[in-house]
Amino acid sequence: MSSPRLRARKLDIRGGLVDLSHGAGGRASAQLIDEIFRTAFDNPLLNQANDQAAFDVQAGRMVMSTDGYVIWPLFFPGGDIGSLAVHGTINDLAMAGAKPLHLAASYILEEGFPLADLRRIADSMGRAASEAGVAIVTGDTKVVERGKADGVFITTTGIGLVPPGLELSGDRARPGDVLILSGSIGDHGVAVMSKRSSLGFETEILSDSAALHGLVADMAAAAGPSLRLMRDPTRGGLAATLNEIAQQSCCGFLIEEAAIPVRPEVAAACELLGLDPLHVANEGKLVAVAAPGAAAALLRVMRAHPLGREACVIGEVVADDQCFVQMTTSFGGGRIVDWLTGEQLPRIC
Amino acid sequence: MKYIDEYRDGGLARSIAATIAKEALADRHYRFMEFCGGHTHAISRYGVEDLLPANVEMVHGPGCPVCVLPVGRIDDAIRLGMRPETTLCTYADLMRVPASGGASLLKAKAAGADIRMIYSPMDAVLIAEAEPARAVVFFAIGFETTTPSTALAIGLARRKGLTNFSVFCNHVLTPSAIRAILDTQGRPETERVRLDGFVGPAHVSTVIGTAPYVALAAEFEKPVVVAGFEPLDVVQAILMLVRQVNEGRSVVENQYIRAVTNAGNRIAQREIAEIFELRETFEWRGLGDLPASALRIREAYALFDAERRYRVVTTPAADNPACECADVLRGLKTPADCKLFGTVCSPETPMGSCMVSPEGACAAHWTYGRFRDRAKPAAPKARPVQAAA
Amino acid sequence: MCLAIPIRVEALLPEQMARVTLSGVSKVVSVALLEDVQVGDYVLLHVGYALTRLDPDEAERTLALMREAAVPGLPAPGLPALGEVAA
Repeated sequence: MSSPRLRARKLDIRGGLVDLSHGAGGRASAQLIDEIFRTAFDNPLLNQANDQAAFDVQAGRMVMSTDGYVIWPLFFPGGDIGSLAVHGTINDLAMAGAKPLHLAASYILEEGFPLADLRRIADSMGRAASEAGVAIVTGDTKVVERGKADGVFITTTGIGLVPPGLELSGDRARPGDVLILSGSIGDHGVAVMSKRSSLGFETEILSDSAALHGLVADMAAAAGPSLRLMRDPTRGGLAATLNEIAQQSCCGFLIEEAAIPVRPEVAAACELLGLDPLHVANEGKLVAVAAPGAAAALLRVMRAHPLGREACVIGEVVADDQCFVQMTTSFGGGRIVDWLTGEQLPRIC
Repeated sequence: MKYIDEYRDGGLARSIAATIAKEALADRHYRFMEFCGGHTHAISRYGVEDLLPANVEMVHGPGCPVCVLPVGRIDDAIRLGMRPETTLCTYADLMRVPASGGASLLKAKAAGADIRMIYSPMDAVLIAEAEPARAVVFFAIGFETTTPSTALAIGLARRKGLTNFSVFCNHVLTPSAIRAILDTQGRPETERVRLDGFVGPAHVSTVIGTAPYVALAAEFEKPVVVAGFEPLDVVQAILMLVRQVNEGRSVVENQYIRAVTNAGNRIAQREIAEIFELRETFEWRGLGDLPASALRIREAYALFDAERRYRVVTTPAADNPACECADVLRGLKTPADCKLFGTVCSPETPMGSCMVSPEGACAAHWTYGRFRDRAKPAAPKARPVQAAA
Repeated sequence: MCLAIPIRVEALLPEQMARVTLSGVSKVVSVALLEDVQVGDYVLLHVGYALTRLDPDEAERTLALMREAAVPGLPAPGLPALGEVAA
């Protein structure tokens, strides 16, 4: 006869805090994982409760990506560190054209972190993963002493499979190709900055954090080999992404400032802080380079998708041995769009 | 955005630029200096120079308070920030400025100094109020646009009875710098700046008014047009300057009538006069020691003067000998003329002040305009001497 | 010459402060450098302080003069040119 299971007290989610026992690998760890993570992520592989997830894979081109998330504040308008950790890694896979298969998530928790916040983050991750149709199949939790981590740090790793025939790579841009942007820039960065009290501004802007693999699948189906590459402009903004591609492909870009969508509140916040929207992070947008003949079809499928309603052509690839990203300003004059120098610091004068 | 977007209208700008091209005399070369770093930034960021005819040239002036701050003063600020129990509050623009020995406020912060970036001088006062155990020092820089805010912050600190708040004052004066640019009498030929007029600062002028420029315009016979901050304002101001030059006039005109008056902001001037007094002389990076060009805190407010409280003695620090910032600040050289530009010196690794602030001539050229260098033949090293008009 | 933004006063607050808004982005700033600020005024904001009020008539006149300058010729009748500043 098996011994009766101990009826352990449930975690005090409302008032409880993470403590060192939750990371020790014993009963308290198991309870944390069970009541918070397994409850939120709930999928067959995870529910097996092994230290790893084992599954069969199809033959083909596999893509793997990993990212650490250290965003502050943890909760921001339009998202939180959890949903961001899911969307961000899914997007890295999607930019290679891959269909995301599974995610792994590891947590570094600070002693004293409220369990209520951890529940909120886990639930948000579970929702994001489920909406994206991707399961978090394995994970890990560690706890460090108070002061050694900023609440929680999350690392997610993902794997995906690239459909045959799709060859996306940063060095494939060619003069004459068109440059397409899926929507407005700067939303995520401004949403997060609005919560930094030292900057002291309020706005209703929401982060654009979203999983882009559905949009990517539609685009790949529409354009096939005419699609050269895609990239999501996260840290460093659109400016960094375009310069990266220019360097990789040994080409230049010619873009139109007037064609780049920027929400009025984002433009206003950037004015107030002395920032350039081109350098502000995005978490639910992509740029695509495609053969010119594919532009119309791409725009059609993108605008039909909720995450691509404002998709537009913003410029073209040109030959340039110095790999400049040149822009015609809305004013009519010319300038280049360069990498951001250091961390974007608000100007005063 | 009201009062912003309408002054960025590219179509209107091209039309005014067409008028400039029509009215600029074909056999004349016009050189106008935009004094203010904000104007330098706007011109570069919007590509205003692309709209101007070839014989109208903009020369970038020294109106960037980060650019003209001597290295020795940043060394002082770093030392203050590293004092125990001291919190140094600074504008973000100063964090990466290179100080002596490769130091910077950013590096000092990474090494553990309590250095905090703030948006407003008021933030520093509120920090001092919230953290009475910390000695809070506000690193104050800026031309007259920013000085009233520092004055009000000191007034606020006094009203709150704070004893743990002081200001390291580096406020400087615009008319003195304009005078230093223009006053090249007795200097060798290569140091004489040939300028036909000035685009006067926008927001400094909201504080000091347009009256202080009148004597300068008359004495040096150079027109000054005070211009708003937006690119259309700059283009309109350039047209007004071209017209003055063609008509042989050298007076002060106000393009920024929506924000600038002749008298300026009297309340702001009163607040400044209450807290600050003139220094006999002050070192400006690139311009040397200029008399009556900077402010210090009055004796009556000694409690709030970091220089007195901490007995700051500034050691002048020399610039990199190959650095041409001094000539760039005076408009004698362009960024591309400097051997260090784009090779050793870039915004990531700035050698001198013109590169470290986004409004410095070199940083603006690097960030927005350096793609034009490849179209030009190698730049001449000395400004050509113009025949008399 | 420093970064200063035209922004609308939405509400007056105690101790010479005000809430200002630009395209839906709000801040709380000091109006201690200005007299008699009203809700609806546009002010120039710099490092947390309003420096001056924007004059809507002069703003309109500036635009009209710009449009005039775009067509070569004399200024339109009734519009004084941007004038010389007296000492």
